[in-house]
Amino acid sequence: MTNEEILSKLKEAFPDVAIQVQTEETKDFTLIVPAERLVDVATHLRDHLGFDYLSDVTSVDYPDRFEVVYHLFSMKRGGGVLTLKVHLPDKEHPEVDSVTPIWPGANYQEREVYDLMGISFRNHPDLRRIMLWDGFPGHPLRKDFENRLYTYKELEPTRPKPPNW
Amino acid sequence: MLKTETITINMGPQHPSTHGVFRMVLTLNGETIVDLKPMFGYLHRGLEKTSESRTYLQAVPFTDRLDYICSMSNNFAYAVAVEKLAGIEVPLRAEYIRVIMAELTRLVNHMLAVGFLFNDLGAWYTPVVYAFRERERILDLFEMASGSRMMCNYIRPGGVAADLPAEFLPQLRKMIPHLENFVREIRFYLSDNEIFKARAVGVGFLPADMAVAYSITGPVLRASGVKYDVRKAEPYSIYDQFDFDVPTQVAGDVYARYLQRLDEMDESLKILRQAVERIPEGEYATKVPSRLRPPKGEAYARIEAPKGELGFYLVSDGSPNPYRWRNRPPSLINLSALREMCLGHKVADVVTILGSIDITLADVDR
Repeated sequence: MTNEEILSKLKEAFPDVAIQVQTEETKDFTLIVPAERLVDVATHLRDHLGFDYLSDVTSVDYPDRFEVVYHLFSMKRGGGVLTLKVHLPDKEHPEVDSVTPIWPGANYQEREVYDLMGISFRNHPDLRRIMLWDGFPGHPLRKDFENRLYTYKELEPTRPKPPNW
Repeated sequence: MLKTETITINMGPQHPSTHGVFRMVLTLNGETIVDLKPMFGYLHRGLEKTSESRTYLQAVPFTDRLDYICSMSNNFAYAVAVEKLAGIEVPLRAEYIRVIMAELTRLVNHMLAVGFLFNDLGAWYTPVVYAFRERERILDLFEMASGSRMMCNYIRPGGVAADLPAEFLPQLRKMIPHLENFVREIRFYLSDNEIFKARAVGVGFLPADMAVAYSITGPVLRASGVKYDVRKAEPYSIYDQFDFDVPTQVAGDVYARYLQRLDEMDESLKILRQAVERIPEGEYATKVPSRLRPPKGEAYARIEAPKGELGFYLVSDGSPNPYRWRNRPPSLINLSALREMCLGHKVADVVTILGSIDITLADVDR
């Protein structure tokens, strides 16, 4: 299935959703989906277009927005990557629907995005920090996180909390 | 009526069978697992953040430390990603050297995976000693080429760090039959072991559809019967020029994963034989500036690392430092099905199942 076919089939299925193709600055075929319709588009991609394998969930912090990036492949067909992107212009409280109900393999990766980038996922079954401890101040992968500011005073409230199981 | 209640215990982070600092919170009913929660982060070093303040080439040694058993594969994946981002061509000889190194790394990893699986089962260090003996010979080759045994830092964007020394290929040629014999030996001594079979057959079953849904990759996926290998599905480097198969198993249990690793070692040796025959003379690297400035853009590239799909997602803003440096670790994502594999089994089987997934904690926590 070529990229044009994927795009036309998606447009056919979702005539009301503004699906854009990112043409500049990317080496892969990239679609930008509105955040509120992400789950619908992702379910359609999995069930009808054969993208059954979610390889990677990650996020990028740009000056004007957060981006959550999904890399999809097809295990049945093989072939190249389909990059799915969601723009989150709200820098204060970025939030997007979780795709863990669609691909359970997204679980830990979304927790990692939540931990290190501070983007929360609605409907995630177990949204906790994964790498850092509970009570760590801030989210290190954000560009405004200044790691040189570590002082003893600031480390004080970051001591691990008692276990929460 | 007996009154029973479940108990919660910690396995790890200091536990010999967790292959590093990894903690599992087990909820037990008697000795049966009813819930399992993996806990990560004891080895988190923030490599993604650190690499954002380094240049593209300075980040290569960090990739060695992701999965320290397979440093060459990690270098390879990162180099492929940078080359895709910056549009760098690689000379043919360098591609052959890379394939040789990647397949040797796969042999090293699978040897250790098989050896330590038996360690977890209680065959205390006897199979591992033999695996280590062969691994040492391969590490000698790595040292010959790169100067380091484990943290090789050898495959760089644009090619490799130095040409192969003159005695490398003759020695590798001598070693290939020896390694083939080693795989045969493992099969002969271990595959039909009754104790091993009693502990491994039917334990940790993972059905194929669940493996795909949980984004499992590598030998664990193929042991469940899904014929998917990045080297065939989306060939990178020169893997489309080699003649090899993608072995699969049907059973999807611990025993199938063990057999899968042995089969993959055979295929790696097949690739090595062809590569040693066909490696051409020529340049070993294209010149890449030390302060490489890729054009503004982003790229995702992946390779079939020994543990599964290893990907790198790089975003460049045109400056010498990457804007975003993301590593897709195979070990962490293969762990996402650990709970499903373990439910209903006994505590002792958790050790076996974890050993059969084959994780490196440095790759899980990064």
